[in-house]
Amino acid sequence: MNKRRPYVRPMDGWWRKNPFFVEYMVHEGTALFVAAYAAILLTGLVRLSQGEAAWNAWLSALKNPWYVGFHLLALAAIAYHTYTWFKIMPRTMPPVVVGGQRLPAWAITGSGLAVAAAASAALLGLVWGLVR
Amino acid sequence: MKQRTLKRSNAPIFWALFGAGGMLSALFGPMLVFITGIAVPLAVVLPADTMSYPHMLAFAQNIIGKGFIFAIIALFLWHAAHRIFHSLHDIGIHAGTGAKLLCYGLAMLGTLIAAYALLAIGF
Repeated sequence: MNKRRPYVRPMDGWWRKNPFFVEYMVHEGTALFVAAYAAILLTGLVRLSQGEAAWNAWLSALKNPWYVGFHLLALAAIAYHTYTWFKIMPRTMPPVVVGGQRLPAWAITGSGLAVAAAASAALLGLVWGLVR
Repeated sequence: MKQRTLKRSNAPIFWALFGAGGMLSALFGPMLVFITGIAVPLAVVLPADTMSYPHMLAFAQNIIGKGFIFAIIALFLWHAAHRIFHSLHDIGIHAGTGAKLLCYGLAMLGTLIAAYALLAIGF
């Protein structure tokens, strides 16, 4: 047992003192929703492999208001993840040089968000087309 | 001079999985949540039988559908595991090997379960 008790500065709630860090914690926190949603999909996949009755039970469980409420929250959280993912992208990817000029941050973020919007529309359209 | 051998880091693997999952969830995450969690259960926007058993079985038996389901589930898990693991420090948990094994281990377990279920569904 060490008799020395060096002072350790308490760091509880450090991120709440600065809006920049609050935003950081919120966008890191979106991972909890990504994990929970992946777990729901994984459960569905396992139920699908167990046959029609198991699948239908999973499908009707999703109609539970708690599940719908969770999915509304997850939609907001993951949409925010999309926004921050492309907002940070100018700093997480190597510089892109076009015509001797470095591509500005807004162009990278803007094209990322445009691609995400197109991907979402394509996915919805594809599902619509497949089941219509 | 003392010869120093650098140990090859495994970080790039986890970083790549994190990045791939982050990109996939950024592109398709919101719409997927809307389709599977809101539109189908509430029977709005899409036809009521969008995720019926025959539809989903056919999708999961198709090789492209299989790949899509596997990529979505596995990469979402790896993305979230990496992000949660690295956020532990920020909330005052000094994460060590145990936390790393728990985070990445759960992602690996989910990946294996997804692969097993997709193989069980057949082609």
